[in-house]
Amino acid sequence: MTKKIKNNKFLSPGHNACAGCGQLSAAQAVMRGLNKDVIIANATGCLEVTTTAYPQSSWGLPWIHSLFENAAAVASGILAALAQKGDTKTKVIVQAGDGGTYDIGLGLISGMWERGENILYVCYDTEAYSNTGIQASGATPYGASTTTTPDGNASVGSTQRKKDMLAIALAHGVNYAAQSTAGFPDDITAKVKAALAVDGPSYLQILAPCIPGWKINNDEAVLMGKLAVATGLYPLLEYRNGKLSASSITVASRKVAVSEYLKNQGRFRHLKNKEIKIIQKLADDNLKKYRL
Amino acid sequence: MKKTNIKNSPIKTPAKKLAVVTAPNTSLKNKTGSWRTHRPVFDHSLCIGCSLCSKICPEGCIVMAKQKKYGQKIKPVVDYDYCKGCGLCAKECPVKAIKMEKDYE
Ligand SMILES: Cc1ncc(C[n+]2csc(CCOP(=O)(O)OP(=O)(O)O)c2C)c(N)n1
Ligand code: SF4
Ligand code: SF4
Repeated sequence: MTKKIKNNKFLSPGHNACAGCGQLSAAQAVMRGLNKDVIIANATGCLEVTTTAYPQSSWGLPWIHSLFENAAAVASGILAALAQKGDTKTKVIVQAGDGGTYDIGLGLISGMWERGENILYVCYDTEAYSNTGIQASGATPYGASTTTTPDGNASVGSTQRKKDMLAIALAHGVNYAAQSTAGFPDDITAKVKAALAVDGPSYLQILAPCIPGWKINNDEAVLMGKLAVATGLYPLLEYRNGKLSASSITVASRKVAVSEYLKNQGRFRHLKNKEIKIIQKLADDNLKKYRL
Repeated sequence: MKKTNIKNSPIKTPAKKLAVVTAPNTSLKNKTGSWRTHRPVFDHSLCIGCSLCSKICPEGCIVMAKQKKYGQKIKPVVDYDYCKGCGLCAKECPVKAIKMEKDYE
């Protein structure tokens, strides 16, 4: 099915993201899920830095940046102001990277969810602090080489496992929680629309391959997004009121070996069979857990 | 390049006090096409009009537009002012209707 799609007025070209950036590609898909009645609070990170080189802005929507850690609190404030004005139409959205979400912003996110605020939180998961030079975050997966978890003779890269942020969202009882990847633009757009249709807090986490962070070629962000799903490492998931919707897993996992995903990424190139087996087990566990 | 000063600046709030950008879409002034070493070239006769390239382009600089030559079917048109030549569109096109060609002397 084809439909004429217009050049995105909500997120204009002329931004300074790396050529082929998976985060900006995913952000275009997010923008297609919005209408003009939104206000976006953006945390510090690549999405914010690359789209707002002073005095320019790529945004065609009300958009505010304050700090790295407080985007959720800024959104809470916007929501309170809208309520004061009697505005129930305007949707409030947060955009942040994984560092801003999994680590430094977590306390304020927890408060926002605790209060049950009707805000859509979108996390672009580049699996590291991309904008400051690829330091490891709570979202960095096992085995990834980053500038703070470099690989070497005595190091396999990160030895920590990726924090399960989706489970943390679900533990707060958010009404909608979903996961997607830059490999599936239509899935991202559909999930944004579904999240906005829900009354109450919603969380959408998108795997966003980062060119220098993952050490991939400029044209590989979408491919990596697809492989992350196909291997079972990052399945497309959707929870409504805590229940996994059957429709969420529309892309049947083909059970591609994780080595297919790892081998084209410089951040994993040092891994030996022993570590690859550990990562394969993570994917297999996902396949079982979500019955893919 | 024209220098931004207080008069032609997009800043509408009191600039001396607050560094706030209030004019939307002003990054359009930043022609990122100069980054490019390769350019995507589209073969409209092969294109099936699926819009995938237009959806995944991180720049959002591919527009699907009706083409008279192809019975008003939609085909991708690139704004080379902004295309950084990443090659994502060419890599992902399901019918290989996009080729990356050298864009320098
Ligand atoms: C309190 C504070 N600490 C550190 C920084 C520096 N800083 C700016 S962006 C950034 C990393 C952002 O990483 P992430 O949230 O993962 O987003 P990404 O850049 O990967 O999209 C850091 C550490 C900051 N701006 N504020
Ligand atoms: S560093 Fe990574 S996330 Fe940041 S603009 Fe470049 S590709 Fe995108
Ligand atoms: S090469 Fe990259 S920037 Fe240029 S049109 Fe294709 S996807 Fe967009």
